[in-house]
Amino acid sequence: MSRISRYRVAFTTIVVREILRFSRIWVQTILPPAITTALYFIIFGTLIGDRIGEMDGYRYKDFIVPGLILMAVITHSYANVVSSFYHSKYQHHVEELLVSPVPNWIILLGYVTGGVARGLVVGVVVTLVSFFFTDLHIVNYPLTLLVVVLTSILFATGGFINAIFANSFDDISVIPVFVLTPLTYLGGVFYSIDMLPQFWQDVSLANPVLYMINAFRYAMLGVSDIQPGVALALIAGFVLLLGAVALWLLKIGVGIKS
Amino acid sequence: MVTNPNMSKAVKLRQLKKTYANGTQALKGIDLDVKKGDFFALLGPNGAGKSTAIGILSSLVRKTSGRVEVFGADLDTDPESVKSQIGLVPQEFNFNQFEPVEEIVINQAGFYGIPRKQAVVRARSVLKTLDLWDRRRAQARSLSGGMKRRLMIARALVHEPNLMILDEPTAGVDIEIRRSMWRFMQEINRAGTTIILTTHYLEEAENLCRNIAIIDCGHIVENSSMKDLLHRLHRQVFILSLRNPVHVLPENAPFGLKVVDEYSLEAVLEQEQNLNQLFGWLNSHGIEALSMRNKQNRLEQFFMDRVQQRQCGADS
Repeated sequence: MSRISRYRVAFTTIVVREILRFSRIWVQTILPPAITTALYFIIFGTLIGDRIGEMDGYRYKDFIVPGLILMAVITHSYANVVSSFYHSKYQHHVEELLVSPVPNWIILLGYVTGGVARGLVVGVVVTLVSFFFTDLHIVNYPLTLLVVVLTSILFATGGFINAIFANSFDDISVIPVFVLTPLTYLGGVFYSIDMLPQFWQDVSLANPVLYMINAFRYAMLGVSDIQPGVALALIAGFVLLLGAVALWLLKIGVGIKS
Repeated sequence: MVTNPNMSKAVKLRQLKKTYANGTQALKGIDLDVKKGDFFALLGPNGAGKSTAIGILSSLVRKTSGRVEVFGADLDTDPESVKSQIGLVPQEFNFNQFEPVEEIVINQAGFYGIPRKQAVVRARSVLKTLDLWDRRRAQARSLSGGMKRRLMIARALVHEPNLMILDEPTAGVDIEIRRSMWRFMQEINRAGTTIILTTHYLEEAENLCRNIAIIDCGHIVENSSMKDLLHRLHRQVFILSLRNPVHVLPENAPFGLKVVDEYSLEAVLEQEQNLNQLFGWLNSHGIEALSMRNKQNRLEQFFMDRVQQRQCGADS
């Protein structure tokens, strides 16, 4: 059997295992974002949103749709990988992969693809919920898909790095709670940065999530606070950077080999 | 035809060293050869370095320096070839406790590049052989301790490795399961698989293994065939059960004879002495022995002598 065939089988095995893992516990992994999104639409979209009026030419509840979808994708891509890989360390079954002839890049690619799969499933669920509350029209389908996949890859890789360093269950929740959530909420999900004073607009530009949400909003609605090209380059750059870091950590065995 | 001499060796370790981040020198430059087809015992007290050696061999521990070859493939230059030839049964349970038994075995085959269709067939075969087929859909956490051990063996066998490394595979299992696992290990060894076994049950090593190495304080302190080693044993200690009670033995009784209780005696036979001499003496003094047994496994005394001769130092 050729090396490529072996790698393909190993990669498929990791991905299918990851998909089965989050599918078995769909009540914990798929259902909550549907309920949370519905609540966001009821409270921010319908109850409060009507009083806010329009934003960038869209009804408020239409304006927040891209941010809500991408927020769910980011959270779940990250959570899937950090949780799954940390559990495999905690229960030592990561050793199944370490003793077998699977190269590090296949291990990383397999886990990240599993994270992307969950991110996309959740993204589709949130999008379907949005249909009940908004008149959703997507301006640019290919760009929408590109941004959501790249962002999902980025955060799945981030989750992998977090899991490599994690030594306890606290360690896998610190980054999502204290870093990821504030960055996402302050990344323009619910507002345009044009509404902020100049100082806070400048501060917001240091938040990478702002670029992702705006690139996604541009792809879906055609409006953005950021140049879409700059946003895409930034996301791609981060993907390459985090991917290289994750591979290097696997190579030197941080957190998984003595 | 030129043949690679390393191909007759399943494992070749040269000057293998491991120093952990906390400064502990677990291996201080060991050299070890395991022949192809061998059933090899790697013994040593806790913390001696045997798990580190096995960890390096199976790519779970990074070596500090030295060379590792498995069937002629170098771990540094061809790690995938090394890994594909090894099946590891570790000491601790290291499978996903929430996954079904069959999935664990099939997934492991997948990591070795075996297509799912073929993996399903192989998983069925190893699970049946190891009496786990009826529990194939059960979550691994619901298995008994013995079943979990067998699951790890099934998982290690599914890619049909040339070298099986069994790190205390019978720890904590009852005698019936232990004996069935011995039979199974002997079968796969007869079929051509090289086996490296670590165990604390010296009786297990003596019964199963043809060659042995004892590791202590990061050094190999003994490396020979089991036959040679047993031949070199200087003394054996026996416990004799008596028909009639004996309270006192004559002064200067030979064979280090001493009374354990009124119905048992302890006798020490040096290498140059034999059982006929012992029974001759007992007969001549009207002592009738009903049965006898080794006070401890013969290898045990040797093992204790070898590992207690040194104190572990930084570079002993």
